[in-house]
Amino acid sequence: MVSMLIAVGSLTLIGLTLGTVLGAAARKFAVKEDPLEEELKAMMPGSQCGQCGYAGCSQYAAALAKGEAAITLCAPGGKPLVEALSAKLGVAADLSDMEDKGPEHAYIIEDLCIGCTRCIRECSTDAIMGANKLMHTIIVDACHGCSKCVKVCPTDAIVMVQYPMTLANWHWPKPEIENTPPKPALVHAQ
Amino acid sequence: MKLFPIRGGIHPEYRKDMTSEKAIVAMPMPAALYIPLQQHIGAPAEVLVAEGDLVRKGQMIARNQGAVSASQHAPTSGRITSVAEVAAPHPSGLPQKTIIIEPDGKDEWADLPEPIADPFAADPHTIHDRVAQSGIVGMGGAAFPSAVKLNLGAQKKLETLLLNGAECEPYLTCDDRVMREYPDEVIDGARIMAHALGTAKVVIGIEQNKPQAIEIMTRAAAAFPEIKVVAVPVQYPMGSERHLVQAITGRETPARKLTADLGIVVHNVATARAVHHAVRFGRPLVARVVTVSGGAIREPSNVMTPIGTKVSDLVEFCGGFSARPESVVNGGPMMGQPLPSLDVPVVKGTSGILAMTAEEINNSPTSACIRCGACVTICPCGLSPVDMAAFIRKDNLDVAAKLGVMDCFSCGSCSWVCPSHIPLVHYFNYAKGVLRELESERRKSERIKTLAEVRTIRIEKAAEAKRAALAAKSKPAADAAPPGGETKATTEEKVNA
Amino acid sequence: MSIAIMKKSGPFAHGFNTVQKTMFTVLLALMPATLFNLYLFGWPAILLFTITVGACVAVEAACLLLAGKPVVATLADCSAILTGWLLAMSLPPWAPWWIGVLAAIFAIALTKHAFGGLGQNVFNPAMVGRTVMLISFPVAMTVWVAPHPLFSAGAPGLTEAFAITFGGNMPDTVSAASALGYIKTELSRGIPVAQSMAQVPDLMDMTLGYRAGSMGETSAILILAGGLFLMAKRIISWHIPVSMMGSLFLIAALFHAIDPARFTSGTFHLMSGATFLGAFFIATDYVTSPVSKTGQLIFGIGVGLLTWSIRNFAGYPEGMAFAVLLMNSLTPIIDQYTRPRAFGRTRKGEPLPLEEKP
Repeated sequence: MVSMLIAVGSLTLIGLTLGTVLGAAARKFAVKEDPLEEELKAMMPGSQCGQCGYAGCSQYAAALAKGEAAITLCAPGGKPLVEALSAKLGVAADLSDMEDKGPEHAYIIEDLCIGCTRCIRECSTDAIMGANKLMHTIIVDACHGCSKCVKVCPTDAIVMVQYPMTLANWHWPKPEIENTPPKPALVHAQ
Repeated sequence: MKLFPIRGGIHPEYRKDMTSEKAIVAMPMPAALYIPLQQHIGAPAEVLVAEGDLVRKGQMIARNQGAVSASQHAPTSGRITSVAEVAAPHPSGLPQKTIIIEPDGKDEWADLPEPIADPFAADPHTIHDRVAQSGIVGMGGAAFPSAVKLNLGAQKKLETLLLNGAECEPYLTCDDRVMREYPDEVIDGARIMAHALGTAKVVIGIEQNKPQAIEIMTRAAAAFPEIKVVAVPVQYPMGSERHLVQAITGRETPARKLTADLGIVVHNVATARAVHHAVRFGRPLVARVVTVSGGAIREPSNVMTPIGTKVSDLVEFCGGFSARPESVVNGGPMMGQPLPSLDVPVVKGTSGILAMTAEEINNSPTSACIRCGACVTICPCGLSPVDMAAFIRKDNLDVAAKLGVMDCFSCGSCSWVCPSHIPLVHYFNYAKGVLRELESERRKSERIKTLAEVRTIRIEKAAEAKRAALAAKSKPAADAAPPGGETKATTEEKVNA
Repeated sequence: MSIAIMKKSGPFAHGFNTVQKTMFTVLLALMPATLFNLYLFGWPAILLFTITVGACVAVEAACLLLAGKPVVATLADCSAILTGWLLAMSLPPWAPWWIGVLAAIFAIALTKHAFGGLGQNVFNPAMVGRTVMLISFPVAMTVWVAPHPLFSAGAPGLTEAFAITFGGNMPDTVSAASALGYIKTELSRGIPVAQSMAQVPDLMDMTLGYRAGSMGETSAILILAGGLFLMAKRIISWHIPVSMMGSLFLIAALFHAIDPARFTSGTFHLMSGATFLGAFFIATDYVTSPVSKTGQLIFGIGVGLLTWSIRNFAGYPEGMAFAVLLMNSLTPIIDQYTRPRAFGRTRKGEPLPLEEKP
């Protein structure tokens, strides 16, 4: 009986001591700023386009860190960003309806452009060149594909297009599934 | 001369005897020539001609633009039929802007630049400019603009010009033939390049499986004490720039540095011959020797081919196919690229066109890796192909990058040696492509972040200016407030300043 | 003329080595020792050998079927036959049939296929099969017989062999101790090594293989010949065999010099037990040993030292299998720390400093 009490007592004591130490440590070494928010901010495209519905990338990152925002809101980030956020935050995301179109950029159909400059004012990265009553052009290198300009264009002269595959950006695709020798029919065909 | 060992490497079936005793033959001018604007590493050239123009042989038809670029010249006299998009000699088969010439059969030379009378008295710049003007690129396969490489003497202190005659790729004998048939031209070109680079020494490295070339080149170089011909061991990939430098000097080029940082510049032997032609005769690079070989070619040959000749014309000149080729390769079998079709032109970097049968390629279906470690043992770069491929297979490209996949130069030794026939090099090519893409995306998003920040600052300043203007307006002198558009312009200037 | 659309990047040349060829060469190298031992231990050994190899192939086929992998194409790589072969060589030659079958299940199903099949296993399948049997059925696994060459007087005929292998009718009179086991037993009874050594077969018999033991343990010289053949064929390199036997010999010789009454000599350690089989055929298994040469040296030294330690200080007289398995578990770590230095980089992966030319 006494030995049992000793056992229970000593375990309780150990538990209490360790608990206190851990609690104290948690307070003493508490991280003031939310590191998650900073990390998320670094992952954002940083173009401040506001397509997500928040004022800018930092605000969206803050909302994400608090768990208030969905992870699929960022248009320029596209599917890669959703995947990265999903891995980072451990949030499952339904990617099935979010096909990976690859990065896109805006393109102005010059015949339709009336030179209203609305898109120029809308663009958060100064990627559109032009002046009043003059045709506008997209500087592709500066466009990050947020598609805000598409929405403000009164004549639907702006469309989103994919980057073309060229000799400069082509690369070998991943080798096809291995460890499965070709089916007999295929061997025969060779 | 004392040589130094290089790590790993393989001894594939060389099969050079199919063409090594075939003297270079010139091929008749084909019905049309296709000159791509980009046959080199760097920026494409700028078109100087238009449809219907008549051009003469050696006339510049596209000018180099940018720091790293090369110009293109008409390989014969004739008429420009069009400037169009034509499939490139590239595995993707993607189109590329190409000048199409219909030869007139006269093969008339244009007015060429004057020969440089005494190149060794000339300023290095003169030679460099002439090489740039002549559209010469590295003819070993990489096709890096030679003028850029010749300019290295201005930036770095150089000691040695290393002329690469190793030709370690199986099948290829074009460099071998050039050295055996035109040794004096190669030596003269090398001396001119050494002068332009400011190097005191010239070393010509030739693999021991080319005894005649070694002998002929040694004899041709005998008159010049600064030139040394060195026989290097037969060991693929001895012809890789960094490995050849290591074998001959014992010095290892640090990662992300150039051999020029060690004071050594490497040029191909055929490039030296092209420099000789450009400097002594003012002739630009309009033709090159191509080894046409492989088990499916009826008459394997070394052909002096006008740049822009379609591969199908070249194959036809060599008697066509005697068997159905499993693949047609541009370059050597180890590092060459498969051609998507025969309707692509021969370009300045095409050292060989190989039509290979399935038996020669000797590939089999991939089986499981048994971790035999052969790839680790033979990797000339000291990498661990087995580990890198395993990570790439699981799309863990970050780890593959840490293991050094970007240091791999796709020599193909690991794929050659693998008993399980795992397409290791294909994995690395894929990973390198994706990693390069990610890197350029990352750089772009950095740039865009800066742009967005600049814009935010500008808008804030504009708002501030507006507030100041409003404040001013509310005061008695109200008529001085500028219109909105001008406010933006002035603040923009402020930001820019 | 159209050509096939290339979906594969280069190279467009490949060596002539294949997995099948590699496995086949190893089998060929094992052949002389195997034939000699089958002759030496007669019909029961032949039966057990056939059953073990057959069971391994059958289990492999079953696992492949279950996993939905191509059966015939994968069986053709000969890896299951090799595992069965090595397993059979590590069993007592007159052991009952179920030992071979159970060992095959542990080796192929649990050690190889549970981890994903060929190339994915952490541990050497044959050695797992043997050690699991040794731990589970210590009696059956330590009944050694003196050699009974085929057709010699006293050798069991085919009928008797069936009774031994399938009926478990082990004749009482034939059992003998292996040299390592004998020394260990005698030592535990307080009899010094020098005295008990007089009773074990002399060095000549041990070299040729005329002694009690498992099939792979007996004929050192034929195993050595097979190993040298593999080296000549460049299937294995010298690194593992030399480092393993070297370290085993050195540590044994050192302790023998210190206390000859307690420790047997280096030569005895080399010649007894499964030292040669282990050094040339077990520890050199591609899948479960390190890929780099440095790693292989470390691995070999580890196996040698562990073998000696287990033989001298642990409960079992032979420690080769345990030593190999222990080092197998370290292989991934050894691999990670012994990657070769990349061209133009330091060991840490930084670019080499650009030193001024001397």
